Amino acid sequence: MEAGTIASAGERRSALHRSPAARLPDRALKWGLTALSVGVIALIGFFFVKLILESRPVFGQVGIVHFLFSADWVPSRALYGALPLLAGTLISSAIALVLGIPVAVATALYVTELAPRRVRGPLTVVIDLLAAVPSVVYGLWGFFFLIPKLQPAERWFADTFSFVPFVGGTVTGPNYFVAGLILAIMILPIASAISREVIATVPREHKEAALALGATRWETIRMAVLPYARGGIAGGAMLGLGRAIGETIAVTLVIGNANAIGHSFFQQGYTLAAVIANEFGEAASDPLHRASLIAAGLVLFVLTLAVNAVARVFVVRAERGRVPSPGGGPLAGAGGRNAGLPTGGVPISGAAA
Amino acid sequence: MSAVAFAPVSARRRRVDKLARGLVALLTGVALVPLALILYYLVKQGIGAISWSFFTTDPTGAFLGDPGGIKSAILGTVLMVGLATAVAVPVGVGVAIWLVEFGRGSKLAHAVRYFIDVMTGVPSIVFGLFVYITLVIAGVGGSSFAGWKGSTALALLMLPIVTRSAEVVLLLVPDALREASYALGAPRWKTVFRIVLPTALPGIVTGVLLAIARAAGETAPLLFTAAVVNATAFDYNDRMNSLPALIFQNVGQAQDRLVTIAWGAALTLVAMILMLTLLARLIQRRSRLS
Repeated sequence: MEAGTIASAGERRSALHRSPAARLPDRALKWGLTALSVGVIALIGFFFVKLILESRPVFGQVGIVHFLFSADWVPSRALYGALPLLAGTLISSAIALVLGIPVAVATALYVTELAPRRVRGPLTVVIDLLAAVPSVVYGLWGFFFLIPKLQPAERWFADTFSFVPFVGGTVTGPNYFVAGLILAIMILPIASAISREVIATVPREHKEAALALGATRWETIRMAVLPYARGGIAGGAMLGLGRAIGETIAVTLVIGNANAIGHSFFQQGYTLAAVIANEFGEAASDPLHRASLIAAGLVLFVLTLAVNAVARVFVVRAERGRVPSPGGGPLAGAGGRNAGLPTGGVPISGAAA
Repeated sequence: MSAVAFAPVSARRRRVDKLARGLVALLTGVALVPLALILYYLVKQGIGAISWSFFTTDPTGAFLGDPGGIKSAILGTVLMVGLATAVAVPVGVGVAIWLVEFGRGSKLAHAVRYFIDVMTGVPSIVFGLFVYITLVIAGVGGSSFAGWKGSTALALLMLPIVTRSAEVVLLLVPDALREASYALGAPRWKTVFRIVLPTALPGIVTGVLLAIARAAGETAPLLFTAAVVNATAFDYNDRMNSLPALIFQNVGQAQDRLVTIAWGAALTLVAMILMLTLLARLIQRRSRLS
């Protein structure tokens, strides 16, 4: 504080000094909020410890390796091998990625690069609305609409391409493919939103440079936009994967809930999340069964944690490489153009070669 | 200016360009199909169930005969989400205020932000499982399944959404406003409550509404915390019904009338959630920040 405006040191004290009582609310607020924030960390810590403690009986009984890699899940005979569940979770999520991510990236490209300006806003809103539909409604729709309507097509596909591994054989109504398709629809909004954000950060100069070199719109996308946004798109896909792995109710309704690994994509399966939702009721009276379901929850938790951690790395890296776009019109200043190119990390000459 | 200066785009490249752009547009169209189909089927199947008595009677639980309405499920959803909001919003906004106003840049703030991120990624069923083993099995409060336990699970789910959206908006509040407040001699708490929060309010409300919309549609954490019942309960220590849980239960029934109830309940739920989402967007658009 400059003393110049205030007459004397004594007066300055009286003008700016706050009594301890008056400072109390400030301190209370600061420490109260700090305690709250530390409380959140403590809660998650407690959460993790509690899951480990409660699932210990099953790890002690059957061993952690056996729990993860044995394929027999028969609670009535105290057999707890979670491999079919783990496999179901991974298979359905993988199908979701394969089906969902290309569509999500395409919507993001269309909205940011190709669509007429006036449909961009409404289109974004409509795609985001997919995220507003509750999981159980997806399940309801999948169960009564998707399963019966898709079965003839699945049967035709399985018969025609039966020489492809994991395709031929019998086709059941609920199966991995339907679960994967529902999951693909469910992860579309998040993957699309993140891709959209990342694609929007591609510097205008990169695109203009490609266009100026004579590239067509598609070549610009392929050579300037996609390489720049690749990391962020991968991050969005990983976040979608995290969602798909943990999704419960919709999958429970359409995957068939069979305790064995199906022989093809068109056979029934089970997932970690679905087994928890289905069996917790009967498990209440059997401590080992309960512990095994909690262990399934723990595996699910660790799996999503790992996937999200990788996703964070991708997204953070994509954001760090971001160059602030000068925001001018198509004829942005030369300074902005010069600032954009060298730091962008995408060598246009290399991409065009 | 003659065209000779530019290498002409060959027919092949032109074709590839057209094809690829067409494919991108086509895939975007494909992305819209599920939403259209879901909404169409919801209205087609659900509209038949909807009547005045559908909203004003409880489910009877009768497999044959009159299945009743969905009153208890609507009220249960509103009550449980309401309690969860009442808990998650002050805590979530509080943590966001701490992150932006007090902890900015500190190691602890990084840790808190990291754990909030972790919470965002936790599947909702794992939150339900956590509440189940800490509150339901232990019989806390003298009950096994209870409405407030369902609310706890929902609050855990909402907390990271509220915190992250509030943090983003609080960061957008210009520092000049805070400095002006301090320069006028306002203490920190007054600056937070009278300057920062009111400025960020529309954005915070948007985040809260989106969190409510998310919580209202959650099924998995409610199944084994609040259970599924028929009767309307106003006591948070009782089991409470909810729309998603009712839908989930009815889907598995081989009885057309129960399935119709499920479609009607789904239509009601989606209508509620869409209204919340659209309201959130409207508020966001009118906010001066962002």
